[in-house]
Parts: sequence; C-alpha cells; structure tokens
Amino acid sequence: MNKDDFILRAEGVYKSYRMGATEVKVLKGVDLTVKSGEFVAIVGASGSGKSTLLHILGALDSPDKGVVAFDGRDLRRFGGGELNRFRNKMVGFVFQFYHLLDELSVLENVFLPVMVSRSVVGWLFGGRKRARKRAKELLAQLGLGERANHKPYQLSGGERQRVAIGRALMNEPRLLLVDEPTGNLDSATGNGILDVFEELNRAGQTIVMVSHDERIAQRAGRIITLTDGRIKN
Amino acid sequence: MYKIILAFRYLVKRRITYLAVLAVAICVFIVVVVMTVLTGLVIDFRQKNHSFVGDCVVGTESLVGFAYYEDFVKILEQSYFVEGISPVIKSFALVNPVGSERNVGVEIMGIDAVKHSKATGFGKTLYYRKDNVSKAFKPAYDPNLLGCVIGIDLVLERDAKSRYPYGSGPTDIPLAISCFPLNAKGALAKADAGLVKTQTFYYSDNSESGLARVDGSMVYLPFEQAQLLCGMAGPVKRVSAIHIKFKPNVRLEAGCEEVDSLWQSFKREKADEKQAYLLEKVTVQGWKDYRRAYIAAMEKEQTMMTAMFGLVGVTTVFIVFVVFYMIISHKSKDIGILKSIGVSNVNIIILFSGFAFLVGLLGSGVGLFAGWLFLLKINRIEDWLFERFGFQLWDRTIYAIGDIPNQVDAKVLAVIILSAIVACLVGALVPSRQAAKQKPIETLQVTQL
Repeated sequence: MNKDDFILRAEGVYKSYRMGATEVKVLKGVDLTVKSGEFVAIVGASGSGKSTLLHILGALDSPDKGVVAFDGRDLRRFGGGELNRFRNKMVGFVFQFYHLLDELSVLENVFLPVMVSRSVVGWLFGGRKRARKRAKELLAQLGLGERANHKPYQLSGGERQRVAIGRALMNEPRLLLVDEPTGNLDSATGNGILDVFEELNRAGQTIVMVSHDERIAQRAGRIITLTDGRIKN
Repeated sequence: MYKIILAFRYLVKRRITYLAVLAVAICVFIVVVVMTVLTGLVIDFRQKNHSFVGDCVVGTESLVGFAYYEDFVKILEQSYFVEGISPVIKSFALVNPVGSERNVGVEIMGIDAVKHSKATGFGKTLYYRKDNVSKAFKPAYDPNLLGCVIGIDLVLERDAKSRYPYGSGPTDIPLAISCFPLNAKGALAKADAGLVKTQTFYYSDNSESGLARVDGSMVYLPFEQAQLLCGMAGPVKRVSAIHIKFKPNVRLEAGCEEVDSLWQSFKREKADEKQAYLLEKVTVQGWKDYRRAYIAAMEKEQTMMTAMFGLVGVTTVFIVFVVFYMIISHKSKDIGILKSIGVSNVNIIILFSGFAFLVGLLGSGVGLFAGWLFLLKINRIEDWLFERFGFQLWDRTIYAIGDIPNQVDAKVLAVIILSAIVACLVGALVPSRQAAKQKPIETLQVTQL
C-alpha cells in the first residue's frame, strides 16, 4: 500500500513539555497510520501521551519532531488560514468534558462550525437556513430533537456529549477525533455514546478514539496501545 | 455572525460585564456633567466679554488716549463692513457720594449710550433704561440732571440666588467724580482747582454685564463730560478707544484685518500732524485678544480640567482592562473551543473587541442619559440643596453666575462617546491579544476546567 493511501499518517512524532526545570518527554517517536473508514482506538495508561497524540493528529498542537500528514499533505506546510480551515472542515473533535459554549443553545452549539466558516452575509442569506436544518437533523439522529433550544447546563452528561458529537459532525468532517468520550459518563450512557460511534463508523466515518479503558476500546475496529510514549505493536 | 452573537451574549449573560458597563457609565456621566458645566461657563464668559467689547477695538492702554479719532470714525462710517462705532474714554476716578466722606476708586468709561449700544451689548445691561438707551444718562427722578450708569455690584448686593434687590427706580444719589486730567504729553493738566477735576453726576441706572470685575468697578459717564474730566477735550480731542461692531456676515478676523489696514493708512496720512506720536501706541485688536488676559485664565482652567478628565479616561481604560482580563480569563475554555473548530486568532481579537465595543457603547449610552437627565435638573437640584442644606456649587454672592450652564453640546457628547468606546477597545486589546495567542490545547486541558 502506498503511504499516501492513508487518510492520516504520523511518522516519528516526538513531543515533550517543560514542567518547571524538568523536561517531560511525552511522545518518543510515534508512527501511526489510519485508513479511510477505519475506527481506531488508542489505549494507554494515564499520562502515556494518548491525548497529546490526538491533539497533534488534529493540529491542535504541533510535534517537536516528526511528520503528521492528512490525505498525504504534511500539516507542517499548512499556513494559519489553512490550519483553521482544516480544523473547521476536515476534522471534528469530541472531548471528554464536552466543551460546549454555555452562552449558546444546543442548536447553536451544533451549527457553530458552519457559522464560523461563513461571513455575516453568507450566513444570513442561505447559510443559516441550511445549517439549522442540518443541525436539527443531527440532533434528531442523536435523540436530542426536543432539546434543541435548551442550554448546555440544562442537559445531562450523556446529552451534552451527544451535542458535542453533533457539533463535530456538523461540517461532515473526514476524520472524527474522540478523546475519552465516556470518561465522564456512567456505563449505560457511555455505551449509548459508543453505539453512536459504531453507527457512524458503519456509515463510513473515520474515527480515532482515545481511551484508557481497553473494554471501551474493544468497540473499535483496531486497537493501538501507547506505552511510554511509543506505539506497542 | 458568531462574533456578533457571542459578543452580545457575553454582554448580557456575564454579570462581571455589568461592572465594566457601570465603570464606563460613571466615567461618562462625570465627564458629561463637568464638561458641559465648564464649557457652558467658558462660552457664557466669552459671550459676555464679546458683548462688553464689541467685535473690534482700536485703542491704547495709555491714559492719554489718541487724537484725530473723529477722522478715523468718518472713515469707518464709510466702510461697508461696519455696523456700529463707539468712541470711548477710559480712565480711573474717585467717586464720593455727596455729603459723605467715603471715596471709592473706580474705572470710568465715557460713552455715547446710543452709539455704544450699537457697537456693544451695553444697552442690554441696563435695568431701568433698557428700552430707552438714549435716556441712560437722564435720571428718571429728574431728566435735567447729569446722570451716570453705575456697575451693578457697586450699588447693589446680590442675594444667594443671584438676584439684585432692584427698586422701582434709581435713588436720587449725587456722586462727585474726580479725575486727574492729562494733557497730550501725558503730564497732569491744570484743572479747575489744582490738578483734580471734579464733577457731580446723578445715579441714573445700573449696568449688569455679568463680568464681575466690570460690574464691581465701572462707572459709565456721558462721553463729553468724561472727555472733559480726563483732559481729552482740548483743541485736538482725544479718546482712549473706538469700539466697533461688524455687520453680521463679516468674519471677525477678516473685519479686524480690514480695520487694521484702514488704521495703517490713516496713521500714514496723519504722520505729519502735531500729535501723530499718540497714534503709534494704538493697536487694532479683535475682542478675544482685547480681553485675552481675562479669557485666557478661564480657558486655562478648562484645559486643566480637560487634562484631568484625560486621567479619568486613563482610569477607565485600566478598569476596563482589569474587567476584561477577568472576563477573558474566565473565557479561556471558550477560546480553546472556538480555536478547535477553526476560529482564527484575528477573529478571537475581533470577537472580544466587539464585546468591548458593546460595553463602551452601552456604558456611554447609560452615562450619557444619566448625565443629560442630571443636567436637565441640575439647577432644580442645586435650589433644593440650597433650600434644604444651604449648599451651593458656586456662592452667588461671590460669583457672577446665574443658572448653572446645562446646555449639552452635541459635538462634546460625540467626542465623549467616541473616547469611551476607544478607551474600552484599548482596555480590551491586551487581554484579547493574549487570549488569541493561547494554544487551544492549553485551555482545553482538564486542569483548566
């Protein structure tokens, strides 16, 4: 297989942080490939660098050394505007703590990525109507049709995570990056969320999920274990 | 669009924002009230000075005066831009109410009441003869007597509400006015009995110019008598000044330049005359320059106050900076979320700048409205405070102020609003830039929650 056939490719990724006088090496040469339509789970102990790797894969952070390529294009070569467009259109993030904007309603949180990508004129003339329609459809699919006008603080943890999934899917990204999606939920609710990811994957969505729990990771098509900053084969 | 929505929601939903709005509102309120009152006082003072002087003065500081003024008056009368001309005698004198041993040093001004009213606002300052200026020097109790108009504060005392206790007519008070007449060389001229010339005048009216210094020291006399008293009525008559009023469509500077040009030609024509040397000390000045010594002090106070309120502006910037720093610190998670969905650094700055703009707009709107309302009622509030607690902003028995000026100037308001908004934007700039520079990953970590 040609190396450009992967939707996501990481080669020799290193990352370290400075904690006071100490330099903590988090990633020590990670190599990883993800094919389109795959559901990959990255597991590892707390502090093994899973979330750091996920953030680097989604261009929320940059590696000290190494290459991360999306669709064969090296992310280091992306300019500021291109990186913003990449985060907006190509990837969708789902965080452990949902990270919804408290000032916006559920519906507004979901269509926020579309609003971000449009000018005021573009939004008011056409964009808004379409975005609202799609956001409502997503919320209905996620079982939150009745909660569209609620505020995030009025929802349960599971419902908030579904809203975060809706927001991540709003721009139909090619890659969904999920960070401990059930870490803050009880097991029944967590299973419901994992069902959603399985369903999305069956529909062709590429997903990279980070979890410390191997039982949760079992729901993915492939499991990668990260130990001491390296992929363990 | 999300920037507008989020900026508005931050404004409405964050209670800490109300502090920033309140800080801006209080600053705007203070600045609006003080600047309006102060600007009103300065404008009022300038108007009173303008009214007292007319538009332009051809005159000399010397008590000797200058000669050949009648010829120059004729030239001015033929000028297309002149509306009123009034030759004036100015000097100092001692006033002695007949029968008393009290002497008061005063300034005297010899004028033709009608001509002077055409050149200046003199007629409007009279009380009894306001509607019949030609009789200003004819006492109502005996028009055959030689009258004098006395600066109001020399005769009456204002009460605490700035009112004078006028009677139904002037009281029959004879005043002996004594001068030291000077000859054209500036030496004391020989008068009736030695070097002092004295004449008795009768109190015929008051003049209230609204200028404390003028109203507290000026006695107006009929022109010819003043000329005699000052020794300026010799074979070559002299005056101290000629006050001029321009026609309404003539700009002050242009009019003064025209008068100066005429004066220079006139001076050249008279160069060979015997008393031509007196013309050398004569200057042509617009009313602002003529009264500069008095107006400048007031304007300096205004400048100082403006500078002080510049410091208030700096304080506003600092308050807004602190409030925004707190708000943005609380919003760092939002910044991380927005960046994770592709919002650029510039748009983060625009979002928080928009938020700052709304704070400035709302704060200045509230401050402006409160200031306008306060100014609308300021005189009633002061009256109430005076009646209830005896408090007055300006003691009317000392200051020549009637009502506190409360006319709001649209230009001043526009500048204040604009400054308040700019102050908010400046205050929000540093925290916004810092927020924009944050890496999303730093703000979305679990420890940041």
